[in-house]
Amino acid sequence: MINTADMLKIFQRYRGDAIVVPGHGGRHWINISTKPNLDAIIGGGHPGMGGQASFALGLALAQPNRKVVLFDSEGDLLMGFGVLATIADRQPKNFYHFLLDNECYGLTGGQPVPNGKNMRYDVIARGTGYPSTYNFVDIEDFSSNIERIMAQPGPVFVAMKVIPEINNLPIDKRIPWQTRRPIDVLKDLRKELGVAR
Amino acid sequence: MDQRTDNKYISPEAVVAEMKKNNVTHVVCLPDSETNWLYVLLQAEPSLTLVPVSREGLAFSTAAGLWTGGATPIIMIQNTGMMEAGDSMRGWGVGFNIPVVVIVGYRGWTRHGVTADTAAVYIERHLNAFNINYYFVESDADCARISIAFEDANRTKRPVAVLVCDEYHGSNR
Repeated sequence: MINTADMLKIFQRYRGDAIVVPGHGGRHWINISTKPNLDAIIGGGHPGMGGQASFALGLALAQPNRKVVLFDSEGDLLMGFGVLATIADRQPKNFYHFLLDNECYGLTGGQPVPNGKNMRYDVIARGTGYPSTYNFVDIEDFSSNIERIMAQPGPVFVAMKVIPEINNLPIDKRIPWQTRRPIDVLKDLRKELGVAR
Repeated sequence: MDQRTDNKYISPEAVVAEMKKNNVTHVVCLPDSETNWLYVLLQAEPSLTLVPVSREGLAFSTAAGLWTGGATPIIMIQNTGMMEAGDSMRGWGVGFNIPVVVIVGYRGWTRHGVTADTAAVYIERHLNAFNINYYFVESDADCARISIAFEDANRTKRPVAVLVCDEYHGSNR
């Protein structure tokens, strides 16, 4: 299984000027990214679970000349599974859909997602119409393929088995890691993209 | 009487004209029984990109991404779907200050007698619970309210609904 922080450090080298929606990887990405104003760090479930992929798709459609990279999670994707059909329908060439699959709901104590051990999300994505899909379970495989993945046109789907990071603390005992409010993150991103009005 | 020339109904052309007037770029939608011919017009309109969603909750997160990236989205769903999308509207729409207009097909709307369809019984209560402003559109003469809805959304930085009260008439041919 892949350590999320290690994977993101490798990805960072190939990020370029892409917008990154780090999802639940945000707690690590915030310390790795060198372009925070191009990061849509809006929290994993904060605005409502199930919407990360469609939010990232919207960004990709609005900014067709800029790559958009999403680090989704399987719990989030399962809640809005139909988004795969919309992404495949639109075929955004600038869209890179990574999936952090830890087989559980890490933020609520690690309960398993339905059929977590058997789901093959890359197969499902291919079945909905993603032209390129990958499945990695170790960091070496990821590392030797990431440059090629980011160089090819999207939409690309990359499923990765990651080490679970379970949080058992009550919500009010958790130390917040985000340094900006989500609406300020969006404001900064719009300004960076030159679309603020 | 030809329903399309009678001023009591909504013509799809009037709705598309309002979208173009307000520089809409993307229509995030899930088709419903009221908007058959409107959908056909939208598909043919070169200035608009249709983004089909498979469940209405995804419309708000998609619209949030589009707006953040500089596009001008509009959402088009039925009142049933508007209620299904409640938490998404809360988080992605209201929570992120997204000024999106939502064209809502008012299934079950009736001016007379008892409202039999629970989708119609609850939709306004649902919108009021979230403090969402809304405007009724029953005919072409009302379509200017779509522009008012855009002004409202941009001023308040919140989703605003346009309730389309014409069911099986102007938009269905």
